[in-house]
Amino acid sequence: MRLRRTALAVPLLLAAAACAPVDDEEPETAADACATDALPLVTPGTLTVGTDSPAYEPWFVGDDPTNGEGFESAVAYAVAEELGFSADQLEWVTVPFNTSYKPGAKDFDFDINQISISEKRAKVVDFSDGYYQAAQAVIALNGSEAADATSLEDLAGLKLGAQTATTSLTAITDVIAPETDPLVFEDTNAAKQALLNGQVDAILADLPTAFYISAVEIEDSTIVGQFQPETSETEEFGMLFEKDSKLVPCVNEALATLREDGTLEQIEQEWLSDVVDVPELQ
Amino acid sequence: MSDWQPSARELERREVRRTLRRRGVLVATGATVVLVGALAVGVLSSPGWPRVQALFFDGFHARESFDEVAKGFWINVQLFLICQPIILVFALAVALARTARSPWLVPLRLLAVVYTDVVRGIPTLLLVALLAFGVPALELQGLTTSLLFWAGVALVMSYVAYVAEVFRAGIDSIHPSQVNSASALGLSRAQTLRFVVVPQAVRRVVPPLLNDFVSLQKDTALVSSVGILDALYAARNYGGYNFNYTPIVVAACFFIVMTVPLARYTDWLQRRWLERERAGAL
Repeated sequence: MRLRRTALAVPLLLAAAACAPVDDEEPETAADACATDALPLVTPGTLTVGTDSPAYEPWFVGDDPTNGEGFESAVAYAVAEELGFSADQLEWVTVPFNTSYKPGAKDFDFDINQISISEKRAKVVDFSDGYYQAAQAVIALNGSEAADATSLEDLAGLKLGAQTATTSLTAITDVIAPETDPLVFEDTNAAKQALLNGQVDAILADLPTAFYISAVEIEDSTIVGQFQPETSETEEFGMLFEKDSKLVPCVNEALATLREDGTLEQIEQEWLSDVVDVPELQ
Repeated sequence: MSDWQPSARELERREVRRTLRRRGVLVATGATVVLVGALAVGVLSSPGWPRVQALFFDGFHARESFDEVAKGFWINVQLFLICQPIILVFALAVALARTARSPWLVPLRLLAVVYTDVVRGIPTLLLVALLAFGVPALELQGLTTSLLFWAGVALVMSYVAYVAEVFRAGIDSIHPSQVNSASALGLSRAQTLRFVVVPQAVRRVVPPLLNDFVSLQKDTALVSSVGILDALYAARNYGGYNFNYTPIVVAACFFIVMTVPLARYTDWLQRRWLERERAGAL
C-alpha cells in the first residue's frame, strides 16, 4: 500500500517539477500582466490576504479584517478593487508574524500586518512599496515620571518596553539607548499589561497603535511624544509577498493609483487622522 | 602471587567472545552509517534544501546572533540552577505530606493531593503567563513585579508537582518490611522516614529525577513567552528582524550542549546500578 502510494507520488512530483518552469512565457505588456484573470494567485479567482490574529486597532476594527474597517483592512480592499476583485472575492487568512517569512510556498497572495520594509528582510521575501510611514510614539501612565519627559534623554534612565522584532524596539536600543535593557514583548497586549503592572515605565509603539492604546485600551495613560528614528532604512510599512512573486508590480501599480487619486490619503484620514498635535521628542 | 594460568579452553572462550564483540561493533557502526547517510542524502537532495539551508543553517546569521543568544542563554542557566534545588526541597515536602498517615495531618494531605492534581493539569506555559502577568497586577505592597522572579516561581510550582510524584513513587516502592524492621528497632515514624525510607527512596528515583532535570532545563525557555529575553526569545527576536530562523538552531545547540551531558550521566548511572543489582548478569 505504502509503496503504491509512493509510486503514485512520483509522477505527481515529476509533474510538479515539470510545472515549475512555466514562468518563462513570452513577456506580455504590463497592462495584460495585471489583468484580473492573469494574476498569479494562490487560489484562482480569489485574492488571499494574510494578517495576524489578534488584528489590532486602528489597523483593523473589532479583530475582524473582513469588515473593511480599520486602515489596513480598508487598504487591502481598495487594492483588491483596483486589481479587479469585488469585496467578496477577497479571502482573509490568519498568518502569525513569525510564520509570514517561513520557507516554501505561501498560503496568501500578500500579508498586510504593519510590517516594516527593511533590506535584510527583503532578501527573504518581497515587499510592495510602502503604504504608510510610521513615527514612533512613547506611551506612559499619567502622573508617572515618564509622562513628564520632554526629550529622548529624559527616557534614557527609565525601564522601556516594546514588541519583539519591531522598529519600536530598535528605536529604543539605537536612538534612546537606555541604561537598562528594554523589556521585549510578544505582542501589544503583553506590553500593555506590563505597563499597568509597573513592570515598565513606558512602552513604545508606532504612532497610530500608540494612539489607540492610550485612548481606548489603557485608562489614565498618555502619549508622551513622538519621534522619527533616524535610521538608514525608510520607516515604511509594506505588504509582504513570497520572494519573486509576480504579483508585486501589479500591487505597486494599484497602490500608485490609489496614492494619485487621493484614496490612500482619504483612508488614512478616516482611520489614522488623529495623529497630529503630539509633541515631538528630540 | 599465584601460579594460576587460565586454561586453554578459557582462553579460547575469551577469544570467541572478543570476536563476537568486534563483529557486533562492526555491524552496529555499519548500520548507523548507512542509516545516517540515507537520511542525509534524503534531506540534502530534496528540492527545498537550498532554501531551508539559507533560512535555518546560515553561517553569517549564526555568527551574528551568537552573542545575543548566548547572553539570553545565561538567563536560562541561572533559572535552572536557582530553581532546581528549590524544587527538590519542596517536592520532597509535598511527597512526604502525601504519604503522611496521622489523622491530624489529613488536611495537609488533601492540600498536597489537590496541589499536585491541579498544578500538573495546567500547561506550564499558562502557569508562567498567569504568574508573571497576574501576580504583579494584584498590586500587592512589597511583592516584586519582576517578570523573571514570577516566571521562575511558575517553573518551580509546576515542577514541584511533577517531582513530588516521582518522590512519592520512590517512597511507595520501599518494602513495608523496612518500615516494620525500623519500628521493631524502636524508631519513631519520623525517624523511620528520615533514616530508612527516604534515603532508599531517593536513591531509587535518581534516574527519573535527572530526567525531570533535563526537562526543566529545556522548559526554562518557556519564560520567553512573557517577554524575558532568554536564548529562545533572543533568537526569535533576531529572526523577526532578519527573517531568518538560524538563531533558533543556534539556541537549540546551546540547549543540547547543556542537556546531553546530564542525559548521558543519567544513563550511565542507571546502567551502573543495574549492573550492581544483577551482579554481572547483564
